[in-house]
Amino acid sequence: MMIIASDPLLSSDIGFSVVAVMLLKVVLAFALLMISVLLVIWFERKVVADMHNRVGPSLAGPWGILQTLADGIKLFFKEDLLPARADRVVFRLAPYLSLVPAFLSFAIVPIGGDFTNGGDGTVSIFGHRTLLQVADPPVGILLFLALSSIAVYGVMLAGWSSGSKYPLLGSVRASAQMISYEAALGLSMATVFLSSGTLSTSGIVSGQATWNWNLVATGVIPFVIFVIAGTAELNRPPFDLVEAEQELVGGFHTEYSSIRFALFFLAEFMNMITMSAIAVTLFLGGPNGPILIKQISWVWPILWFFLKVMAFLFTFVWLRATLPRLRYDQLMDLGWKLLIPASLGWFLLIAALNIGEDRGWSTFLVVPIGLVILSLAALLLSGAIKKAKDSNLHAADLSEISEGMDQ
Amino acid sequence: METVVFLISAAVILSGALGVIFSKNPVHSALFMVQTLFGVAVLFILLEATFLAAIQVIVYAGAIVILFVFVITLLGVDRAEDLQVEPISGQRPLAVVLGASIFGIILTVLIAGVGGPTGVREANTSIGDANDNTRILGEALFSTKVFSVELTALLLTVAVVGAVVLSTRPTKPLISTLEEHQNDAVEDELEEKGGE
Repeated sequence: MMIIASDPLLSSDIGFSVVAVMLLKVVLAFALLMISVLLVIWFERKVVADMHNRVGPSLAGPWGILQTLADGIKLFFKEDLLPARADRVVFRLAPYLSLVPAFLSFAIVPIGGDFTNGGDGTVSIFGHRTLLQVADPPVGILLFLALSSIAVYGVMLAGWSSGSKYPLLGSVRASAQMISYEAALGLSMATVFLSSGTLSTSGIVSGQATWNWNLVATGVIPFVIFVIAGTAELNRPPFDLVEAEQELVGGFHTEYSSIRFALFFLAEFMNMITMSAIAVTLFLGGPNGPILIKQISWVWPILWFFLKVMAFLFTFVWLRATLPRLRYDQLMDLGWKLLIPASLGWFLLIAALNIGEDRGWSTFLVVPIGLVILSLAALLLSGAIKKAKDSNLHAADLSEISEGMDQ
Repeated sequence: METVVFLISAAVILSGALGVIFSKNPVHSALFMVQTLFGVAVLFILLEATFLAAIQVIVYAGAIVILFVFVITLLGVDRAEDLQVEPISGQRPLAVVLGASIFGIILTVLIAGVGGPTGVREANTSIGDANDNTRILGEALFSTKVFSVELTALLLTVAVVGAVVLSTRPTKPLISTLEEHQNDAVEDELEEKGGE
């Protein structure tokens, strides 16, 4: 198959040792993800506790670091309930539809490798040159989009198959939210594709080797949109209407217990790690960074990658501890009326800049003209939104009058 | 190797398609449809059309079928349908005849078609390196095929505008609504008095 061909490991004859190296990478990625999920859950509880002036988990292990493990073991031994009105097959299938995409999308993230000074980001494992990522398909980041659209099914079907009203409401909210914000997410990613000229993750990372991070190259706005849309896509606060406890009990996983609930929990935190890793890959240069001590040069990219991802994870936790939840209409307004038009407009601006470079137009001319056109379009859009809102209010007044008449 | 992958994905596609038709629950049907779409995506990868494979999953499985499921669960029509009653009489024999004739037409075209399955040259030649799929496809769409792309865009825009027009309630002018309500109120009063 051609799909994983850009890894030098697979360009030669595929023998036993190549398969062994591949298996090693898969197992390593799996173990890494599992251990980091355990630690991230602990990290989130500890940081939120600090921000609330509490102690947080402190009994299991040093600083309570084994708390997640203890919770996991406890969940294992709990009774596995199946609601009487549940759709049995779909109810059992749904947690896996959440978990498997969460695992798979981490496979395309390059977690290390030196891309600076013309390096191709490969490292040597048992005499084989290979990229530090499980797969590097030519469609690269599109695979992430495809998998995150599959993950919507897990949430949607979990709520539907429970045969109960709160999970159904939670899942309808969740799927509407995830579909809406996927558009903004994809459009902000498309700007990165334009400036990198490739979809492959290793290609995007190696394009940012000399401190020319896409964060600057695409002009910060797509990064901001990506982070907001990503937070919404993860259903994390302040976009956690999906499991708003005060309204929906627990949202789509209300009826789930024991290990099936643990799978959803696992998938949620795994998605958080993957989203951070993808954001680092797309905008912050992935594992690129200065190599300080030449003797252990392979350590530095992994260290930089880890630090950047940690910064993201901390931000997600920080948001949870500080921001109140949005109302549902605010959520939809933000997604459809602000983020999608803004990312589309910025995408067109970057495209115009690229064409201008090809044709030899002056950048100092293209940028102001583009910005003027964009702001005209923004004015038009906000005018249309205001008009629609006014006429909606008018209609609401009318219906109130008619209700008053009926009484 | 290719034959094995083809056979497996063909089995997945066909069983999914049969599942769509034979399952009584609309949500199950939608899920079987996702299975079929996945099989087709695997076939695309087999043909080294990796970009199409990804788009197949993102657009069809990720957007279209999820909207089907969304509507099914939101409207609460997710119960098994009664298939004994025929809504339009003579519908089923007609459907069999039409289906068979369409299948026949496709088969005839496939067998008699000049220069391979579709007769269109581009559809039968390799589009190049699998790593360069996106670029080649994009160039084809926005140079030689730009007219059909624009037409499709226009069609989609018309569909969106139509959907918005259909979904908004017509608002009547304030005066006539008030008058109508007054009339309604008078009628209601008359009826109530008549009842007493």
